Amino acid sequence: MKLEAKNVNFFYGDFHALKDINMIIEENSVTAFIGPSGCGKSTFLRLFNRMNDLITDTHLDGECLVGGQNIYDKSVSVDELRKTVGMVFQKPNPFPKSIYENVAYGLRVNGVKDKAIIEETVVKSLQQSALWGEVKDKLKKSAYALSGGQQQRLCIARALAVSPSVILMDEPASALDPISTSKIEELIFELKNQYTVVIVTHNMQQAARVSDKTGFFMLGEMIEYADTKKIFLNPDKEQTQNYITGRFG
Amino acid sequence: MKQAIIFWLFRVMSFAVVAILFSIIGFIVFRGIGAISWEFLTSEPTDGMTKGGIFPAIVGTFYLVIGSMLVAFPIGVMSGIYMNEYAGNNFFVKIIRIMTNNLGGIPSIVFGLFGMSLFVNKLNFGDSIIAGSLTLGLLALPLIIRVTEEALKSIPDSYRHGSLALGATKLQTIGRVVLPAAFPNIMTGLILSIGRVSGETAPILFTAAAYFLPKLPSSIYDQVMALPYHLYVIATSGTDLEATRPMAYGTALVLITIVLIMNLIANFLRRKFSK
Repeated sequence: MKLEAKNVNFFYGDFHALKDINMIIEENSVTAFIGPSGCGKSTFLRLFNRMNDLITDTHLDGECLVGGQNIYDKSVSVDELRKTVGMVFQKPNPFPKSIYENVAYGLRVNGVKDKAIIEETVVKSLQQSALWGEVKDKLKKSAYALSGGQQQRLCIARALAVSPSVILMDEPASALDPISTSKIEELIFELKNQYTVVIVTHNMQQAARVSDKTGFFMLGEMIEYADTKKIFLNPDKEQTQNYITGRFG
Repeated sequence: MKQAIIFWLFRVMSFAVVAILFSIIGFIVFRGIGAISWEFLTSEPTDGMTKGGIFPAIVGTFYLVIGSMLVAFPIGVMSGIYMNEYAGNNFFVKIIRIMTNNLGGIPSIVFGLFGMSLFVNKLNFGDSIIAGSLTLGLLALPLIIRVTEEALKSIPDSYRHGSLALGATKLQTIGRVVLPAAFPNIMTGLILSIGRVSGETAPILFTAAAYFLPKLPSSIYDQVMALPYHLYVIATSGTDLEATRPMAYGTALVLITIVLIMNLIANFLRRKFSK
Protein backbone atom coordinates (compact mmCIF):
# COMPACT_ATOMS: atom_id res chain seq x y z
CA MET A 1 0.00 0.00 0.00
CA LYS A 2 1.08 3.52 -0.74
CA LEU A 3 1.79 5.86 2.17
CA GLU A 4 1.38 9.57 1.95
CA ALA A 5 1.94 12.53 4.26
CA LYS A 6 0.25 15.84 3.45
CA ASN A 7 1.40 18.99 5.26
CA VAL A 8 2.17 17.06 8.40
CA ASN A 9 2.97 19.08 11.51
CA PHE A 10 3.34 17.30 14.82
CA PHE A 11 3.70 18.66 18.32
CA TYR A 12 4.78 17.20 21.66
CA GLY A 13 3.10 19.76 23.90
CA ASP A 14 4.60 23.04 22.62
CA PHE A 15 7.53 21.37 20.91
CA HIS A 16 7.18 21.45 17.15
CA ALA A 17 8.60 18.02 16.29
CA LEU A 18 7.67 17.70 12.61
CA LYS A 19 7.42 20.66 10.26
CA ASP A 20 5.38 20.70 7.08
CA ILE A 21 6.27 17.27 5.82
CA ASN A 22 4.99 16.09 2.46
CA MET A 23 6.00 12.69 1.23
CA ILE A 24 4.81 9.82 -0.91
CA ILE A 25 6.11 6.32 -0.17
CA GLU A 26 5.63 3.87 -3.03
CA GLU A 27 4.32 0.39 -2.40
CA ASN A 28 6.55 -2.66 -2.54
CA SER A 29 9.64 -0.64 -1.92
CA VAL A 30 12.00 -0.05 0.96
CA THR A 31 12.22 3.52 2.17
CA ALA A 32 14.80 4.59 4.73
CA PHE A 33 14.62 7.59 7.04
CA ILE A 34 17.98 8.90 8.16
CA GLY A 35 19.05 11.86 10.21
CA PRO A 36 20.61 12.84 13.53
CA SER A 37 18.98 11.83 16.83
CA GLY A 38 15.93 13.86 17.69
CA CYS A 39 15.31 14.89 14.09
CA GLY A 40 11.78 13.48 14.13
CA LYS A 41 12.26 10.46 11.87
CA SER A 42 10.93 7.96 14.44
CA THR A 43 8.06 10.26 15.32
CA PHE A 44 7.18 10.48 11.65
CA LEU A 45 7.34 6.70 11.28
CA ARG A 46 5.06 6.14 14.26
CA LEU A 47 2.43 8.42 12.76
CA PHE A 48 1.62 5.73 10.21
CA ASN A 49 0.39 3.17 12.74
CA ARG A 50 -0.74 5.80 15.22
CA MET A 51 1.63 4.68 17.95
CA ASN A 52 2.03 8.35 18.85
CA ASP A 53 -1.56 8.21 20.09
CA LEU A 54 -0.17 6.47 23.17
CA ILE A 55 1.78 9.56 24.15
CA THR A 56 -0.29 12.16 25.99
CA ASP A 57 -0.33 15.81 25.02
CA THR A 58 0.55 15.39 21.36
CA HIS A 59 -1.10 17.05 18.41
CA LEU A 60 -1.14 16.45 14.67
CA ASP A 61 -1.99 18.81 11.83
CA GLY A 62 -2.25 17.58 8.28
CA GLU A 63 -3.06 14.17 6.88
CA CYS A 64 -1.44 10.75 6.88
CA LEU A 65 -2.81 8.44 4.23
CA VAL A 66 -2.43 4.69 3.98
CA GLY A 67 -3.73 3.30 0.71
CA GLY A 68 -5.47 6.60 0.04
CA GLN A 69 -7.37 6.64 3.35
CA ASN A 70 -6.65 9.33 5.96
CA ILE A 71 -5.85 7.19 8.97
CA TYR A 72 -6.60 10.00 11.43
CA ASP A 73 -10.17 10.20 10.19
CA LYS A 74 -12.74 9.52 12.91
CA SER A 75 -14.14 6.54 11.00
CA VAL A 76 -10.83 4.67 11.11
CA SER A 77 -10.41 1.95 13.71
CA VAL A 78 -6.93 2.12 15.20
CA ASP A 79 -6.85 -1.63 15.88
CA GLU A 80 -7.73 -2.41 12.27
CA LEU A 81 -5.14 0.08 11.03
CA ARG A 82 -2.42 -1.60 13.06
CA LYS A 83 -3.27 -4.94 11.48
CA THR A 84 -2.59 -3.38 8.09
CA VAL A 85 0.45 -1.42 9.20
CA GLY A 86 2.73 -3.63 11.29
CA MET A 87 5.68 -2.48 13.33
CA VAL A 88 9.04 -3.78 14.49
CA PHE A 89 10.63 -1.94 17.40
CA GLN A 90 14.17 -0.89 18.16
CA LYS A 91 14.65 -3.33 20.99
CA PRO A 92 13.37 -6.86 20.35
CA ASN A 93 10.22 -7.12 22.47
CA PRO A 94 8.85 -10.66 22.24
CA PHE A 95 6.11 -11.49 24.74
CA PRO A 96 7.05 -13.70 27.69
CA LYS A 97 5.43 -16.65 25.93
CA SER A 98 6.61 -19.52 23.79
CA ILE A 99 8.06 -18.93 20.33
CA TYR A 100 4.93 -20.43 18.81
CA GLU A 101 2.55 -18.32 20.90
CA ASN A 102 4.44 -15.14 20.04
CA VAL A 103 3.77 -15.63 16.35
CA ALA A 104 0.23 -16.93 16.90
CA TYR A 105 -0.64 -13.94 19.09
CA GLY A 106 -1.79 -11.62 16.30
CA LEU A 107 -4.11 -14.31 14.94
CA ARG A 108 -5.56 -15.12 18.34
CA VAL A 109 -6.42 -11.50 19.10
CA ASN A 110 -8.05 -11.43 15.67
CA GLY A 111 -10.34 -14.21 16.79
CA VAL A 112 -8.79 -16.95 14.63
CA LYS A 113 -9.60 -20.23 16.38
CA ASP A 114 -8.83 -22.81 13.69
CA LYS A 115 -5.71 -24.62 14.86
CA ALA A 116 -4.69 -25.70 11.37
CA ILE A 117 -4.79 -22.13 10.08
CA ILE A 118 -2.82 -20.84 13.06
CA GLU A 119 -0.17 -23.51 12.72
CA GLU A 120 0.17 -22.94 9.00
CA THR A 121 0.54 -19.19 9.48
CA VAL A 122 3.08 -19.61 12.28
CA VAL A 123 5.25 -21.86 10.12
CA LYS A 124 4.93 -19.60 7.09
CA SER A 125 5.77 -16.46 9.06
CA LEU A 126 8.80 -18.06 10.68
CA GLN A 127 9.98 -19.21 7.26
CA GLN A 128 9.49 -15.73 5.84
CA SER A 129 11.53 -14.20 8.63
CA ALA A 130 14.31 -16.77 8.04
CA LEU A 131 13.99 -18.13 11.55
CA TRP A 132 12.25 -21.44 10.89
CA GLY A 133 15.38 -23.55 10.53
CA GLU A 134 16.71 -22.33 13.87
CA VAL A 135 13.56 -22.75 15.93
CA LYS A 136 11.53 -25.54 14.33
CA ASP A 137 12.52 -28.01 17.07
CA LYS A 138 11.86 -25.69 19.98
CA LEU A 139 8.64 -23.88 19.21
CA LYS A 140 7.35 -24.51 22.73
CA LYS A 141 10.41 -22.91 24.31
CA SER A 142 10.28 -19.40 25.72
CA ALA A 143 11.03 -16.64 23.23
CA TYR A 144 13.59 -15.34 25.69
CA ALA A 145 15.71 -18.44 25.16
CA LEU A 146 16.60 -16.97 21.75
CA SER A 147 19.48 -14.61 21.01
CA GLY A 148 18.80 -10.91 20.46
CA GLY A 149 18.97 -11.26 16.70
CA GLN A 150 16.67 -14.27 16.71
CA GLN A 151 14.27 -12.41 18.98
CA GLN A 152 14.15 -9.54 16.50
CA ARG A 153 13.42 -11.93 13.63
CA LEU A 154 10.73 -13.48 15.82
CA CYS A 155 9.20 -10.02 16.22
CA ILE A 156 9.27 -9.65 12.45
CA ALA A 157 7.56 -13.05 12.08
CA ARG A 158 5.01 -11.94 14.66
CA ALA A 159 4.27 -8.83 12.61
CA LEU A 160 4.06 -10.81 9.34
CA ALA A 161 1.60 -13.30 10.82
CA VAL A 162 -1.26 -10.79 10.79
CA SER A 163 -0.56 -10.25 7.05
CA PRO A 164 0.01 -6.51 7.03
CA SER A 165 0.59 -4.51 3.83
CA VAL A 166 3.07 -2.12 5.39
CA ILE A 167 5.87 -2.84 7.83
CA LEU A 168 7.40 -0.02 9.85
CA MET A 169 10.80 -0.69 11.37
CA ASP A 170 12.20 1.61 14.00
CA GLU A 171 15.97 1.03 14.02
CA PRO A 172 15.40 -2.72 13.96
CA ALA A 173 19.08 -3.65 14.00
CA SER A 174 20.53 -1.02 16.31
CA ALA A 175 20.64 -3.39 19.30
CA LEU A 176 22.10 -6.30 17.31
CA ASP A 177 25.53 -7.63 16.43
CA PRO A 178 26.84 -7.37 12.82
CA ILE A 179 25.88 -10.91 11.81
CA SER A 180 22.33 -10.56 13.09
CA THR A 181 22.20 -7.17 11.43
CA SER A 182 23.10 -8.56 8.04
CA LYS A 183 20.44 -11.25 8.45
CA ILE A 184 17.83 -8.60 9.19
CA GLU A 185 18.99 -6.61 6.16
CA GLU A 186 18.70 -9.60 3.83
CA LEU A 187 15.26 -10.15 5.25
CA ILE A 188 14.21 -6.56 4.58
CA PHE A 189 15.38 -6.99 1.02
CA GLU A 190 13.20 -10.08 0.64
CA LEU A 191 10.19 -8.46 2.24
CA LYS A 192 9.82 -5.67 -0.27
CA ASN A 193 8.45 -8.10 -2.84
CA GLN A 194 5.27 -8.34 -0.82
CA TYR A 195 5.27 -5.42 1.57
CA THR A 196 5.87 -1.72 1.74
CA VAL A 197 8.78 -1.39 4.15
CA VAL A 198 9.77 1.80 5.92
CA ILE A 199 12.87 1.71 8.05
CA VAL A 200 14.35 4.29 10.41
CA THR A 201 18.06 3.86 10.85
CA HIS A 202 21.06 5.57 12.36
CA ASN A 203 23.33 3.49 10.22
CA MET A 204 23.86 5.16 6.86
CA GLN A 205 25.51 2.14 5.28
CA GLN A 206 22.41 0.21 6.20
CA ALA A 207 20.17 2.75 4.50
CA ALA A 208 22.42 2.64 1.44
CA ARG A 209 22.34 -1.17 1.37
CA VAL A 210 18.67 -1.91 1.82
CA SER A 211 16.60 1.01 0.63
CA ASP A 212 15.26 2.18 -2.72
CA LYS A 213 14.52 5.66 -1.50
CA THR A 214 15.91 7.64 1.38
CA GLY A 215 14.54 10.61 3.27
CA PHE A 216 16.93 12.81 5.23
CA PHE A 217 15.48 14.54 8.28
CA MET A 218 16.94 17.30 10.39
CA LEU A 219 15.41 19.31 13.25
CA GLY A 220 11.90 18.19 12.36
CA GLU A 221 12.16 19.01 8.69
CA MET A 222 12.50 16.67 5.77
CA ILE A 223 15.53 18.13 4.03
CA GLU A 224 15.69 15.83 1.07
CA TYR A 225 13.88 12.78 -0.23
CA ALA A 226 15.05 10.95 -3.34
CA ASP A 227 16.39 7.69 -4.73
CA THR A 228 18.90 6.25 -2.30
CA LYS A 229 21.61 6.33 -4.94
CA LYS A 230 21.11 9.99 -5.52
CA ILE A 231 21.08 10.82 -1.81
CA PHE A 232 24.35 9.06 -1.22
CA LEU A 233 26.17 9.96 -4.44
CA ASN A 234 24.85 13.28 -5.51
CA PRO A 235 22.49 14.98 -3.05
CA ASP A 236 20.95 18.30 -3.96
CA LYS A 237 21.22 19.87 -0.53
CA GLU A 238 24.41 20.77 1.24
CA GLN A 239 23.04 19.63 4.61
CA THR A 240 22.48 16.15 3.21
CA GLN A 241 25.97 16.09 1.76
CA ASN A 242 27.44 17.14 5.10
CA TYR A 243 25.50 14.52 7.02
CA ILE A 244 26.30 11.55 4.84
CA THR A 245 29.96 12.43 4.59
CA GLY A 246 30.10 12.79 8.36
CA ARG A 247 30.90 16.48 8.32
CA PHE A 248 27.74 17.20 10.20
CA GLY A 249 28.48 18.63 13.65
CA MET B 1 37.94 2.25 63.04
CA LYS B 2 34.79 4.23 63.48
CA GLN B 3 33.34 2.54 60.40
CA ALA B 4 34.20 -0.87 61.78
CA ILE B 5 32.29 -0.16 64.98
CA ILE B 6 29.24 1.06 63.08
CA PHE B 7 29.19 -1.94 60.75
CA TRP B 8 29.63 -4.20 63.71
CA LEU B 9 26.62 -2.55 65.32
CA PHE B 10 24.57 -3.11 62.16
CA ARG B 11 25.58 -6.72 62.11
CA VAL B 12 24.63 -7.28 65.72
CA MET B 13 21.27 -5.65 65.11
CA SER B 14 20.46 -7.83 62.13
CA PHE B 15 21.47 -10.95 64.03
CA ALA B 16 19.28 -9.77 66.88
CA VAL B 17 16.29 -9.64 64.53
CA VAL B 18 16.88 -13.20 63.44
CA ALA B 19 17.43 -14.29 67.03
CA ILE B 20 14.18 -12.70 68.17
CA LEU B 21 12.22 -14.33 65.37
CA PHE B 22 13.68 -17.73 66.06
CA SER B 23 13.18 -17.48 69.80
CA ILE B 24 9.50 -16.61 69.32
CA ILE B 25 8.98 -19.50 66.94
CA GLY B 26 11.12 -21.82 69.07
CA PHE B 27 9.20 -20.87 72.19
CA ILE B 28 5.84 -21.54 70.53
CA VAL B 29 7.04 -24.84 69.08
CA PHE B 30 8.56 -25.92 72.37
CA ARG B 31 5.44 -25.14 74.39
CA GLY B 32 2.91 -26.18 71.78
CA ILE B 33 4.27 -29.31 70.17
CA GLY B 34 3.12 -31.47 73.06
CA ALA B 35 -0.48 -30.52 72.45
CA ILE B 36 -0.42 -31.35 68.78
CA SER B 37 -1.95 -34.69 67.92
CA TRP B 38 -4.23 -36.02 65.24
CA GLU B 39 -7.07 -35.77 67.70
CA PHE B 40 -6.23 -32.15 68.52
CA LEU B 41 -6.40 -31.20 64.85
CA THR B 42 -9.54 -33.14 64.00
CA SER B 43 -11.86 -33.03 66.98
CA GLU B 44 -14.05 -30.47 68.64
CA PRO B 45 -13.31 -28.79 71.95
CA THR B 46 -14.96 -30.61 74.87
CA ASP B 47 -15.36 -30.26 78.60
CA GLY B 48 -15.75 -26.49 78.61
CA MET B 49 -12.85 -26.11 76.15
CA THR B 50 -10.38 -27.75 78.48
CA LYS B 51 -10.06 -30.87 76.38
CA GLY B 52 -10.57 -31.95 72.81
CA GLY B 53 -9.27 -30.18 69.74
CA ILE B 54 -9.55 -27.13 67.57
CA PHE B 55 -11.07 -28.55 64.40
CA PRO B 56 -13.99 -26.07 64.24
CA ALA B 57 -11.57 -23.17 64.60
CA ILE B 58 -9.38 -24.46 61.76
CA VAL B 59 -12.44 -24.88 59.54
CA GLY B 60 -13.75 -21.45 60.56
CA THR B 61 -10.49 -19.73 59.74
CA PHE B 62 -10.42 -21.58 56.45
CA TYR B 63 -13.91 -20.33 55.54
CA LEU B 64 -13.12 -16.78 56.59
CA VAL B 65 -9.94 -16.75 54.51
CA ILE B 66 -11.71 -18.10 51.43
CA GLY B 67 -14.60 -15.69 51.91
CA SER B 68 -12.41 -12.65 52.42
CA MET B 69 -10.32 -13.48 49.34
CA LEU B 70 -13.47 -13.92 47.25
CA VAL B 71 -14.36 -10.38 48.29
CA ALA B 72 -10.96 -8.71 48.15
CA PHE B 73 -9.23 -10.41 45.23
CA PRO B 74 -11.56 -9.42 42.37
CA ILE B 75 -12.16 -5.92 43.71
CA GLY B 76 -8.49 -5.36 44.50
CA VAL B 77 -7.16 -6.70 41.22
CA MET B 78 -9.72 -4.78 39.17
CA SER B 79 -8.96 -1.53 40.99
CA GLY B 80 -5.25 -2.14 40.56
CA ILE B 81 -5.72 -2.70 36.83
CA TYR B 82 -7.84 0.41 36.52
CA MET B 83 -5.35 2.55 38.37
CA ASN B 84 -2.27 1.35 36.54
CA GLU B 85 -3.57 0.67 33.04
CA TYR B 86 -6.47 3.03 32.45
CA ALA B 87 -6.54 6.00 34.77
CA GLY B 88 -3.20 7.60 33.94
CA ASN B 89 -1.58 9.66 36.63
CA ASN B 90 -4.19 12.30 37.22
CA PHE B 91 -5.28 13.99 40.39
CA PHE B 92 -8.14 11.58 40.94
CA VAL B 93 -5.87 8.54 40.87
CA LYS B 94 -3.40 10.19 43.23
CA ILE B 95 -6.28 10.71 45.67
CA ILE B 96 -7.31 7.06 45.36
CA ARG B 97 -3.73 5.97 45.93
CA ILE B 98 -3.36 8.09 49.05
CA MET B 99 -6.70 6.81 50.34
CA THR B 100 -5.69 3.23 49.66
CA ASN B 101 -2.46 3.68 51.59
CA ASN B 102 -4.33 5.27 54.47
CA LEU B 103 -6.83 2.44 54.43
CA GLY B 104 -3.90 0.07 54.90
CA GLY B 105 -2.83 2.00 57.97
CA ILE B 106 -6.15 1.85 59.81
CA PRO B 107 -5.97 -0.35 62.94
CA SER B 108 -7.75 -3.62 62.38
CA ILE B 109 -10.03 -3.13 65.39
CA VAL B 110 -11.51 -0.14 63.56
CA PHE B 111 -12.32 -2.41 60.62
CA GLY B 112 -13.96 -4.70 63.16
CA LEU B 113 -16.17 -1.91 64.49
CA PHE B 114 -17.04 -0.75 60.99
CA GLY B 115 -17.87 -4.29 59.93
CA MET B 116 -20.07 -4.75 62.94
CA SER B 117 -22.08 -1.60 62.37
CA LEU B 118 -22.43 -2.07 58.60
CA PHE B 119 -22.53 -5.81 57.91
CA VAL B 120 -23.73 -7.22 61.22
CA ASN B 121 -26.28 -4.57 62.21
CA LYS B 122 -27.20 -2.40 59.25
CA LEU B 123 -27.29 -5.15 56.64
CA ASN B 124 -28.51 -7.57 59.26
CA PHE B 125 -26.13 -10.41 58.46
CA GLY B 126 -25.61 -11.01 62.16
CA ASP B 127 -22.38 -12.49 63.47
CA SER B 128 -21.62 -14.67 60.49
CA ILE B 129 -19.09 -15.96 58.02
CA ILE B 130 -20.30 -13.45 55.45
CA ALA B 131 -19.98 -10.46 57.79
CA GLY B 132 -16.52 -11.59 58.90
CA SER B 133 -15.40 -12.28 55.34
CA LEU B 134 -16.52 -8.87 54.15
CA THR B 135 -14.73 -7.18 57.04
CA LEU B 136 -11.52 -9.15 56.52
CA GLY B 137 -11.85 -8.53 52.79
CA LEU B 138 -11.86 -4.77 53.38
CA LEU B 139 -8.78 -5.19 55.52
CA ALA B 140 -6.95 -7.10 52.80
CA LEU B 141 -8.05 -4.78 50.00
CA PRO B 142 -5.31 -2.12 50.27
CA LEU B 143 -2.58 -4.75 50.22
CA ILE B 144 -4.02 -6.48 47.16
CA ILE B 145 -4.52 -3.20 45.29
CA ARG B 146 -0.95 -2.15 46.05
CA VAL B 147 0.54 -5.47 45.04
CA THR B 148 -1.48 -5.55 41.81
CA GLU B 149 -0.42 -2.03 40.92
CA GLU B 150 3.23 -2.77 41.62
CA ALA B 151 3.06 -6.02 39.67
CA LEU B 152 1.55 -4.25 36.65
CA LYS B 153 4.03 -1.39 36.91
CA SER B 154 6.90 -3.86 36.64
CA ILE B 155 5.68 -5.07 33.24
CA PRO B 156 7.66 -3.17 30.59
CA ASP B 157 5.74 -0.94 28.20
CA SER B 158 7.46 -2.69 25.30
CA TYR B 159 5.11 -5.66 25.84
CA ARG B 160 2.09 -3.39 25.70
CA HIS B 161 3.35 -1.58 22.61
CA GLY B 162 4.21 -4.85 20.89
CA SER B 163 0.71 -6.11 21.45
CA LEU B 164 -1.05 -2.89 20.44
CA ALA B 165 1.09 -2.67 17.30
CA LEU B 166 -0.32 -6.05 16.24
CA GLY B 167 -3.82 -4.63 16.30
CA ALA B 168 -4.79 -6.01 19.70
CA THR B 169 -7.22 -3.87 21.66
CA LYS B 170 -6.22 -2.45 25.00
CA LEU B 171 -8.37 -5.01 26.81
CA GLN B 172 -6.81 -7.88 24.84
CA THR B 173 -3.37 -6.49 25.60
CA ILE B 174 -4.09 -6.41 29.32
CA GLY B 175 -5.81 -9.78 29.36
CA ARG B 176 -3.40 -11.73 27.18
CA VAL B 177 -0.02 -10.14 27.77
CA VAL B 178 0.11 -7.83 30.78
CA LEU B 179 -1.90 -9.83 33.33
CA PRO B 180 -0.30 -13.22 32.58
CA ALA B 181 3.12 -11.63 32.97
CA ALA B 182 2.12 -9.94 36.22
CA PHE B 183 0.25 -12.97 37.54
CA PRO B 184 3.01 -14.53 39.71
CA ASN B 185 3.53 -11.28 41.58
CA ILE B 186 -0.20 -10.79 42.03
CA MET B 187 -0.45 -14.35 43.38
CA THR B 188 2.34 -13.56 45.81
CA GLY B 189 0.31 -10.64 47.10
CA LEU B 190 -2.75 -12.82 47.39
CA ILE B 191 -0.94 -15.38 49.48
CA LEU B 192 0.65 -12.75 51.70
CA SER B 193 -2.76 -11.29 52.36
CA ILE B 194 -4.09 -14.76 53.17
CA GLY B 195 -1.36 -14.98 55.78
CA ARG B 196 -2.34 -11.60 57.13
CA VAL B 197 -6.07 -12.30 57.16
CA SER B 198 -5.80 -15.72 58.78
CA GLY B 199 -4.01 -14.23 61.77
CA GLU B 200 -6.30 -11.25 62.39
CA THR B 201 -8.44 -11.30 65.51
CA ALA B 202 -9.88 -7.82 65.88
CA PRO B 203 -11.90 -7.67 62.65
CA ILE B 204 -13.73 -10.92 63.40
CA LEU B 205 -14.19 -10.25 67.10
CA PHE B 206 -17.52 -8.48 66.56
CA THR B 207 -18.44 -9.85 63.16
CA ALA B 208 -17.96 -13.59 62.92
CA ALA B 209 -16.15 -15.34 65.71
CA ALA B 210 -17.94 -17.53 68.21
CA TYR B 211 -16.63 -18.05 71.71
CA PHE B 212 -17.52 -21.70 71.67
CA LEU B 213 -19.36 -23.49 68.91
CA PRO B 214 -18.65 -27.18 68.67
CA LYS B 215 -20.59 -27.75 65.45
CA LEU B 216 -19.44 -26.77 61.99
CA PRO B 217 -21.25 -23.97 60.14
CA SER B 218 -23.94 -24.98 57.69
CA SER B 219 -24.34 -21.69 55.82
CA ILE B 220 -22.55 -18.40 55.31
CA TYR B 221 -24.94 -16.81 57.81
CA ASP B 222 -23.60 -19.00 60.62
CA GLN B 223 -21.10 -17.96 63.22
CA VAL B 224 -17.79 -19.79 63.29
CA MET B 225 -14.89 -20.36 65.60
CA ALA B 226 -11.56 -19.06 64.32
CA LEU B 227 -7.99 -19.82 65.32
CA PRO B 228 -6.78 -16.39 66.45
CA TYR B 229 -9.90 -15.69 68.46
CA HIS B 230 -9.92 -19.19 69.94
CA LEU B 231 -6.35 -18.61 71.04
CA TYR B 232 -7.36 -15.36 72.67
CA VAL B 233 -10.26 -17.06 74.44
CA ILE B 234 -8.42 -20.04 75.85
CA ALA B 235 -5.50 -17.88 76.85
CA THR B 236 -7.51 -15.25 78.70
CA SER B 237 -11.05 -16.22 79.47
CA GLY B 238 -11.34 -19.97 79.42
CA THR B 239 -12.78 -21.98 82.23
CA ASP B 240 -9.45 -23.30 83.44
CA LEU B 241 -6.56 -21.21 82.15
CA GLU B 242 -3.74 -23.20 83.68
CA ALA B 243 -5.01 -26.54 82.39
CA THR B 244 -5.54 -25.24 78.86
CA ARG B 245 -2.17 -23.50 78.56
CA PRO B 246 -0.71 -26.28 76.37
CA MET B 247 -3.78 -26.11 74.15
CA ALA B 248 -3.29 -22.38 73.74
CA TYR B 249 0.28 -22.92 72.60
CA GLY B 250 -0.86 -25.75 70.37
CA THR B 251 -3.37 -23.41 68.75
CA ALA B 252 -0.69 -20.74 68.35
CA LEU B 253 1.58 -23.30 66.72
CA VAL B 254 -1.10 -24.29 64.22
CA LEU B 255 -1.80 -20.65 63.39
CA ILE B 256 1.84 -19.72 63.03
CA THR B 257 2.43 -22.78 60.85
CA ILE B 258 -0.38 -21.79 58.51
CA VAL B 259 0.98 -18.24 58.18
CA LEU B 260 4.57 -19.43 57.69
CA ILE B 261 3.54 -21.94 55.05
CA MET B 262 1.63 -19.19 53.22
CA ASN B 263 4.71 -16.95 53.27
CA LEU B 264 6.94 -19.77 52.07
CA ILE B 265 4.61 -20.49 49.17
CA ALA B 266 4.60 -16.79 48.30
CA ASN B 267 8.39 -16.71 48.31
CA PHE B 268 8.61 -19.87 46.28
CA LEU B 269 6.24 -18.51 43.63
CA ARG B 270 8.10 -15.23 43.43
CA ARG B 271 11.40 -17.02 42.95
CA LYS B 272 10.05 -19.55 40.50
CA PHE B 273 8.58 -16.95 38.17
CA SER B 274 10.98 -14.03 38.51
CA LYS B 275 13.88 -15.59 36.68
